[in-house]
Amino acid sequence: MIELGQVAHLDASYDLVVIGAGPAGLACAAQASAGGARTLLVDENAAPGGQIYRSVGATPLRARRDILGADYWTGEELASSFAASGAAYLAGATVWQVSPEREIGLSKDGSARLIDARHVVMATGALERPFPIPGWTQPGVMTAGAAQILLKTAGATATGRVVLAGSGPLLWLIAAQSLAAGRSFSAILDTTPKANWTAALAHLPSFLASPYLAKGLKLLRRVRREIAVVSGVTALEAEGDGRLERVRYVAGGETRTIGADHLFLHQGVTPNVNMASAAGCELVWDDLQLCWRPKADAWGRTSVPGIAVAGDGAGIAGAEAAALRGSLAALDALDALGLLPGDEKTRRAAPLRKTLARYDRGRGFLDALYRPAKSFRTADGDTIACRCEEVTGGQIRAAVADLHVAGPNQLKSFLRCGMGPCQGRLCGLTVSETIADARGVSPADVGYYRLRSPVKPITLAEIATLDQTEADVKAVARG
Amino acid sequence: MTGADVLVIGGGLHGCSAALHLALKGVAVTLVEKDYVGRHASGVNAGGVRRLGRALPEIPLSVASMELWRRIEELTDDDCGFESHGQIKIAESEEDLAKCRARRAAVMEAGFAHEEIIGQDELRALAPAVSDHCVGGLISRGDGAALPFRTVQAFRNKAARLGTRIIEGVAVRGVARSGGIWTATLADGRRLQAPVVVNSAGAWADRFAAAVGEPVPLEAVAPMLMITERRAPFLTPVVGAMSRTLSFKQFPNGTTLIGGGYLGRADPDRNVAAVDVRALAENARTVRDLFPVMRDAQIVRAWAGIEARTPDGLPVIGPSATEPGLLHSFGYSLHGFQLGPIVGSLLAELIVHGRTNLPIEPFSIARFAAGRPA
Amino acid sequence: MFQRLPDIRGDALSFTIDGKAAQARAGETVASALLLAGVETCRTTPVSGAPRAPYCLMGVCFECLVTIDGRGNQQGCLVTVQDGMRVETQIGRGKRELGR
Ligand SMILES: Cc1cc2nc3c(=O)[nH]c(=O)nc-3n(C[C@H](O)[C@H](O)[C@H](O)COP(=O)(O)OP(=O)(O)OC[C@H]3O[C@@H](n4cnc5c(N)ncnc54)[C@H](O)[C@@H]3O)c2cc1C
Ligand code: FES
Repeated sequence: MIELGQVAHLDASYDLVVIGAGPAGLACAAQASAGGARTLLVDENAAPGGQIYRSVGATPLRARRDILGADYWTGEELASSFAASGAAYLAGATVWQVSPEREIGLSKDGSARLIDARHVVMATGALERPFPIPGWTQPGVMTAGAAQILLKTAGATATGRVVLAGSGPLLWLIAAQSLAAGRSFSAILDTTPKANWTAALAHLPSFLASPYLAKGLKLLRRVRREIAVVSGVTALEAEGDGRLERVRYVAGGETRTIGADHLFLHQGVTPNVNMASAAGCELVWDDLQLCWRPKADAWGRTSVPGIAVAGDGAGIAGAEAAALRGSLAALDALDALGLLPGDEKTRRAAPLRKTLARYDRGRGFLDALYRPAKSFRTADGDTIACRCEEVTGGQIRAAVADLHVAGPNQLKSFLRCGMGPCQGRLCGLTVSETIADARGVSPADVGYYRLRSPVKPITLAEIATLDQTEADVKAVARG
Repeated sequence: MTGADVLVIGGGLHGCSAALHLALKGVAVTLVEKDYVGRHASGVNAGGVRRLGRALPEIPLSVASMELWRRIEELTDDDCGFESHGQIKIAESEEDLAKCRARRAAVMEAGFAHEEIIGQDELRALAPAVSDHCVGGLISRGDGAALPFRTVQAFRNKAARLGTRIIEGVAVRGVARSGGIWTATLADGRRLQAPVVVNSAGAWADRFAAAVGEPVPLEAVAPMLMITERRAPFLTPVVGAMSRTLSFKQFPNGTTLIGGGYLGRADPDRNVAAVDVRALAENARTVRDLFPVMRDAQIVRAWAGIEARTPDGLPVIGPSATEPGLLHSFGYSLHGFQLGPIVGSLLAELIVHGRTNLPIEPFSIARFAAGRPA
Repeated sequence: MFQRLPDIRGDALSFTIDGKAAQARAGETVASALLLAGVETCRTTPVSGAPRAPYCLMGVCFECLVTIDGRGNQQGCLVTVQDGMRVETQIGRGKRELGR
C-alpha cells in the first residue's frame, strides 16, 4: 500500500477508486490492486478498519485482545493484506462528490481536488438507525456505537450509572465488550417488540444453519448473566435539565425511572446512502430492513454505469458478507477494466457466492426479530426528529396536515428539516417514516431527500481552488 | 371527461399565479403539474425579488410586480418570506462605476427612478464585510428576496382554496383544439376540456408551442446555487456585481446563498439537473474576492434547477400567434421569479377582459416566427 | 464521565481546550479527547442555544462541531488530536462572529 499524505499527491485518474476502508473497501481495494487495477482507497478516518474493525492496526487495546473478541481481530488480516497490496491509500480525507461521470471531489486538511475514476466502488458502510426519543439531544445521550468507538480507538469507557437501550445484535456485542473491559451497566432496556418473535420464527430453520447462531447465543448468555435486562420496553425518555439525569421507560405497561449518567441508544444499522444517491444511483425502499438502499445487482452494480456499492452501504449484511461483497465488486471492476480473461470473473466468484449464501441465510431471522417498533422510528409531539435544525415530530405532522407537504424535499422549505450540517444523514429515515406515518402511506411513496454534491460540507476556499487557471494561481501567490 | 374555463399546464410560480388571479376573478381553473407544484425552477431558485438590472422592456412589468410583492400577504394569505432590504450591484473599479452611471441614465430615460448610484461609504455601511477594493455600486432599495418554494405553495394553496382544481403527479401529454374547445390528454389517460389553455410548462413549454405550429428556440439550462452553514449576521441586502456573475445573500437564520447563473447540466427529459462543481468554483472565487470573511464558510449544499432560456433572454408572454384560446407564459431565462405575481395577473386580465394595460408586445411569441430575426 | 482503562498505554500529548491545558493520548480524536478531559458539551446550537455533545463519534451527526486551530465547525470526531492543537468549544453566541 502506498499511503498518500495530501491530495496534491493523487494521480489525475485511477482505474478504480474505492471509498470507505471497512471490510468491503479493504477487500475490494486489495483484490483489485492485486489484479492489476490502478486503485485508490479513500477514507474519512485516520486508520483503516471502518466501523467494525475501527483502528484495528492502531487500537490501544492491542495488549488486551480479549476485550473486543476474536471477530474484531479478524480485521487484522484484511488490513494487512491491504497494506501488502499496491493500492494507493488516502486516509483522513473526505469525498464530497462522486458525479455520475465518476468525477470525484475530495478534500484533506483544507485542500480540495478533483480526480477521475474509470470505475467506482462505494463501500461507505452503515449508520446507526436514528432513535428519536424525547430528550435524546441532551449531553449524556450517545449511540451505543459511539461508546464502542471510544473503546476501540481510545480504550475508554463510560463511568457512573450507564444505561444501554434498544435492540439488535450489535447491542449485545457492545454490552459483552464492555463487560470484558470490566465495566458494567445499570440496566439494559431491550426494546425488541415481543410480537417480533412470531414473525422471526418462520426464519428460524435457516437461522439455525447460519454462522450467527452460535455467536449470538454466547453473547446473550454472557450479558444476561451479569446485567439486569428489562425486556419488552415500549417507551423511552431521556430526562434532565441541560444534561441527562434519568431514563424513564415503560415495560409491561408500567412506567419506571432510573438515574443515569449515560444513556447509549441503538436499534440496528442502516445503509449510508447519501453519496450513492447524490451520484444519481436509484434508491429503493427495503421494507424488511426498513431503510433505503441503492438498487444493485449481484455484483453491486448500481443504476449508474461504472458505479458499484459493496458492504453494508448496499444493504445490511454484516462484516463477513461485506468483505465478500467487496471482493465480488473487485472482480466485476477488474472484468470491466479488461483485466480478467474470459470467464474468470464468474469462476472466481463462485466460491465467494457460496460463502455469502451461508451468511445471507441467517439474515431474515435477525431482520424480523430486531425490526424496531414504529414508535421508536418515527417522531411525535415535541420529540426532535432533525437534530441540526431542531425540528420536532409534531411540526412535521402539522406540515403534512396543514400545508399539504407530501415528502421530505417539500418539507425542507418550510421547516429546514435536513438542511443543517449533517445534510439529512441522521434525520432522513425518521423524516421519511414520520411523513409516511402521518399520511398513512409507505415511505416508498414519500421518498427521500434529494441529495447533491457536496455530500459533505466543504469550505468556500476549498471550492474556490478547484479548476484554477494559471492566472488565478499567480494571483493567489501575489497575495 | 371533465371541463373547466381555463386549463393551466405547469405548476410553477407562473402557472399558480395565473390560476390564483383567474380564481380571484371567479374563473373555474384546472391546473395540471407533472411532478409536484414548485418542484422545478420556481421552487428551487434564489428567491431574488429584483427590478435592478432588468432588460428595459421588462421594467414596466417588474415595477408593477413589485407593487404586488409589497402586499403579497394580502394576495396569498402568506408572507412568502418576502423581505425588502435592497439589491446592490457592486462596482469594483472606476470602469464599473461608469457602467453604473450609464445604466442609471438609461433607466431614467425609460421613465424609472428605482436604480441609484451609491459610493464607497454607503456601500460599506450597507455591506460592512465587503472587500476594500469595492468602490460603490448600483442599488435598488425596494428590492429584496422571498422564499421560493413557500411562495409557490402559497399561490397554489390560495388558488385551491378559491376553488381551483389542482392535479399533481400527472403530465399533460398533448393538447388539441376542435370546435373552439381544447382537449388535453393526461399521462394517466384522463382527458380535460377547456376553452382556454395557459402554457406555463417552464423548460418543457416549447413542446406545447411546437405542437401548435409556433416553435421557439428554447434551451433547458440548469442554474446552480450553493448554501453555507449559518454565519453571524453580516449582510442584509442581496448583492451582485457589475462585471461578474453573482447573486449573494444572507438569510435571517444566518445561512448564505451563493448563485448568480453558473450553469450545471440540465436533462429535462429525465427531469434532473446536475451540479458542476468546476463552474461553482468560479462562483466561490467571486464571493471570496468580494467578501474575504467568507473564505472559511462551509458549503453545506448545492443544487441545480431546470429553467427555460430564450435566445434573447426575454420571456414569452401573451396569446399564441397561431391558435386562439391559448396563452403562453414561459422562457423566463433565469429571472422569472419576481415577475410571477404580475404576469399571472395580466394573463387573467387578457383572458377575462381581452386586454391588459401593461406593455407585453416585446414578449410576443411571434418574434420567433420564421423569417423574423430572433 | 469517560475513563481510559487502567492498563491502557499510549504516548501522552498536550493540547488546549478554550485556552486551558489538557492531555490526550496519540491517536485519539479531538471529540474523544474532549470527552476524556471531562468536556462533554462542545457546542450550543445556533437555533435555540441548546447544549450538545458528540453523539455518534463516526462523522454522521455533526454534533461534535468545534473550532480547531482557528477553523470553525470542524467535526471533532474525525480529526486526530495533535500536540499543541488549539481546540475551542462553540458554546454561546458570537463564537463564530465574522469580522471585517
Ligand atoms: C437555481 C435558479 C435560481 C434562480 N434565481 C432567480 C432569482 O433569484 N430571481 C428570479 O426572479 N428568478 C430566478 N430564477 C428563475 C425563476 O425561478 C424562473 O424564471 C421561474 O420560476 C420560472 O417559473 P415557471 O413557472 O415558468 O417554471 P417552473 O417553475 O419550472 O414551472 C414549470 C412547471 O411545469 C411543469 N410541467 C412541464 N411539462 C408539463 C406537462 N407536460 N404536464 C404537466 N406539467 C408540466 C413542470 O414540472 C414545472 O413544475 C432562478 C432559477 C433557477 C433554476
Ligand atoms: S460525533 Fe457525530 S459527527 Fe462527530
